[in-house]
Amino acid sequence: MIQQLATDVVARALKLGATEAECTVAEGNEFSASVRLGEVEQLKEAGSRGAGIRVLIGQRTGSATTSDLTKEGVERMVRAAIDNASVTTDDPFAGLPDAAELGSIDVDLETYSEAVEQLEAEWKIAQAKAAEAAALQYDPRITNSEGGSFDTYLSSRAFANSRGFSGLARSSSCSIAAIPVAKEGEKMERDYWFSIARRPDRLEAADLVGRLAAQRAVRRLGARKVSTQKVPIVFEPRIARSLLGNLFEAVSGDSIYRQASFLNGRLGERVASEYITVIDDPTIPGLFGSWPFDDEGVRARRKVVVDRGILKTYLHNTYTAKKLGTSTTGNAARGLAGNAYVDHGNFFLEAGSKTSEQMISGIKSGLYVTELMGQGVNVVNGDYSRGAAGMWIENGELAYPVSEITIAGNLKQMLLDIEEPGADLEFRGSVASPTLKIREMTVSGN
Amino acid sequence: MSFTDSFFPRKFGLSTADLESYLSVALSHGGDYADLYFEYVATSSLGIDEGIVKSASQGVSLGVGVRVLSGEKTGYAYTDDLSPDKIRHACKTAACIANGPSKVEKTGLNEGPQRDLYPVLTAPNDTTLNERVELIKRADRAARAYDSRVFQVRASYADNVREILIATSEGKLSYDRQPMARVNVTVLARQGEGSPQEGYAGGGGRMGLEVFESDKSPERYAREAARQAIMQLDAIDAPAGEMTVVLGPGWPGVLLHEAVGHGLEADFNRKGVSAFSNRIGQKVASELCTVIDDGTMAHRRGSINMDDEGNPTQQNVLIEKGILRGYLQDNLSSRLMGGASTGSGRRESYQHVPMPRMTNTFMLAGDSTPEEIIRSVPKGLYCVNFSGGSVDITSGNFVFSASECYEIENGRLGRPVRGASLIGNGPEAMKYVSMVGNDLKLDEGIGVCGKEGQSVPVGVGIPTVRIDQMTVGGVA
Repeated sequence: MIQQLATDVVARALKLGATEAECTVAEGNEFSASVRLGEVEQLKEAGSRGAGIRVLIGQRTGSATTSDLTKEGVERMVRAAIDNASVTTDDPFAGLPDAAELGSIDVDLETYSEAVEQLEAEWKIAQAKAAEAAALQYDPRITNSEGGSFDTYLSSRAFANSRGFSGLARSSSCSIAAIPVAKEGEKMERDYWFSIARRPDRLEAADLVGRLAAQRAVRRLGARKVSTQKVPIVFEPRIARSLLGNLFEAVSGDSIYRQASFLNGRLGERVASEYITVIDDPTIPGLFGSWPFDDEGVRARRKVVVDRGILKTYLHNTYTAKKLGTSTTGNAARGLAGNAYVDHGNFFLEAGSKTSEQMISGIKSGLYVTELMGQGVNVVNGDYSRGAAGMWIENGELAYPVSEITIAGNLKQMLLDIEEPGADLEFRGSVASPTLKIREMTVSGN
Repeated sequence: MSFTDSFFPRKFGLSTADLESYLSVALSHGGDYADLYFEYVATSSLGIDEGIVKSASQGVSLGVGVRVLSGEKTGYAYTDDLSPDKIRHACKTAACIANGPSKVEKTGLNEGPQRDLYPVLTAPNDTTLNERVELIKRADRAARAYDSRVFQVRASYADNVREILIATSEGKLSYDRQPMARVNVTVLARQGEGSPQEGYAGGGGRMGLEVFESDKSPERYAREAARQAIMQLDAIDAPAGEMTVVLGPGWPGVLLHEAVGHGLEADFNRKGVSAFSNRIGQKVASELCTVIDDGTMAHRRGSINMDDEGNPTQQNVLIEKGILRGYLQDNLSSRLMGGASTGSGRRESYQHVPMPRMTNTFMLAGDSTPEEIIRSVPKGLYCVNFSGGSVDITSGNFVFSASECYEIENGRLGRPVRGASLIGNGPEAMKYVSMVGNDLKLDEGIGVCGKEGQSVPVGVGIPTVRIDQMTVGGVA
């Protein structure tokens, strides 16, 4: 039904004078259960829908969105988009993808599972309780909890445009989490663990999630500050993901055409150490960055972004590609309407062969990072300075917890200083990384 | 204005009888309390980039959220379809959190007193699109004219008008119209073959377009963004380690938001998971510090006539001369902790459950002049702009990321310094405040606060302050 609506909206826009049009219609159903100290704390259940349109009148763009999908609501939206196009400027690069780029890959991406839809509320609540209970039982120093939770989300997204594309993508997700609080003396520390999957049988078990969360919270107790020094830094996979996120921003066509990236003009050059190969692949089944077509209707494809340290491609939508005289890489994304921006599919750093213990074993003095805080990353010039917490490494072993420190460097140098990655690549969302070790960064403390 | 003349009755024909019947469905399983939150938001946004107006968009979002409380439990449901059967269905869904017979009699809704902190002659969305486009074109021109080293300018304008209606099973009926407008400018500058540098500025508030004709002009924000980008061209590496830090007035108040504000939100304290839990009456800052959260300041971005549970906002003293005085309360936490709401229950939209949040958070002015404060520092860092921050409320550790800093050498300002994160511990860091300026300033109106996935607009403010010891996360 939403696919038909998307097609109808495009037709209506053309009738009202648009030269080109593209429409997204989305619907979603959310359920969330949170428990605290063994009792249900909150249950939430609801569904919502929305539509958005972008029109071109000549080379001028206008957009509108609505959650009112009545006939009148949709008509108002189309007219608003056309009105908005009257105040924009001719942009020679504005346009839709070439027809040859449009289409959907012919693979079941397993992004939707009926099993999520069929989960009973009681079962979901029991899972949340089990995760929290496992955390509370793990150690006597776990004295409190911000709770356990189990959430599900089901959504459908239809997209149509005036070049004949019409597609529908459905997705499901379920997730389980625990946030225990550990206490020793007057000092409290909290941490969390979670698991998220497209289908319930891919989730980590509730008691494992609880135990890992508790282990992490307890491990932080007695954290100290260390003195300011330059040392090797190891990022656990959950945290190393954020570095991949920074790299993505730097290779996004949006940053490149504005010359707002420290990787501008570096195509074909060495930008990272020889150990680094970074892939963007929306065609892997069952993951959170998997899609059959992007948000402009362009067929999904795998790209090697960095090959053994050499920058191979930037990531583009139709607009950023045209600006730079190249082709879209199928990385368009958008909310319901508006101009497309650039997003990644499954964006990951290929695993190496080392265990995290091996990576730590050679370090005399260094930092194992388990938390990063704050913004502090400037993709324009590469400056990097973030709050951190983790474990201090002494003579090749995790010695004691540290917090209230920062780590700083510049992304240009950090990428070149990455040593052989760990073997522990795992997907917990659409960006993934194994354990990463950087030769040296500045730790600031007392 | 009376209820029948307000937005939802006029536009959707809602009557008090309808609201009462929905509330009785919500309490049909025996909840202690229920509320309905109707919301209609009209948004408009425009963007200029490379001198081309590339985007213009409008949006409408509409729905109702139903909440039922039963002891510490919350049931929540919402619908974006305001037909009676859909609303009833949402009420039934939320009702299931409770388990028993209905115990509330007919509600009997009454309107509370009204006030108007943001009278707007012409709402932003009642002006023509051309008037609004002109704002960003002016910003674009002013930024490019500032300096020949400016090579990229992006400016955006966004407004929204939010109509809300809240009805509670305690009989409270309230409604509000909340306008908001904002201009942002981002500038890139470059010198020769050097690395480009970025500058950013913006502002706005709960007002119509007239605000951009006075001190909040697009030209001023454009020049400010360009000035920051140009300044960065000559900046040296930031230092690393503990040192004396002087914060400039205004936006650096984000320190208070992270170091103090979040940790005083009542939900965390009710659960005993905040570094400030059970510390009311204790000293948590130097006696120079008095910190206020005030939702009643006219036209401010963080201000609201009433919170998203229908309670009037107020001026809340969080820290008085260094002593912790109170928490920010919503309905649920105040009921469970004993006490009253402080008008701090806020939510992102009808799809979200309200929780205790800040409004405009600032420190009262002291006696020192800003010059005295800088003169008092033999060696340190002067930070005047920040890009944001975050906090772990349980350990109390917070960071905030400076984007414009200068060296202080022998009581004088020196060279500009590259951006760096500053880190500290909430209940400890404020004890090192040793001088407070007489120049309290509030930010320009750009703050967005995130908590548990919900974003709400906020304000911050601070006078020039000297902090004797803080860890600066540079490389040098």
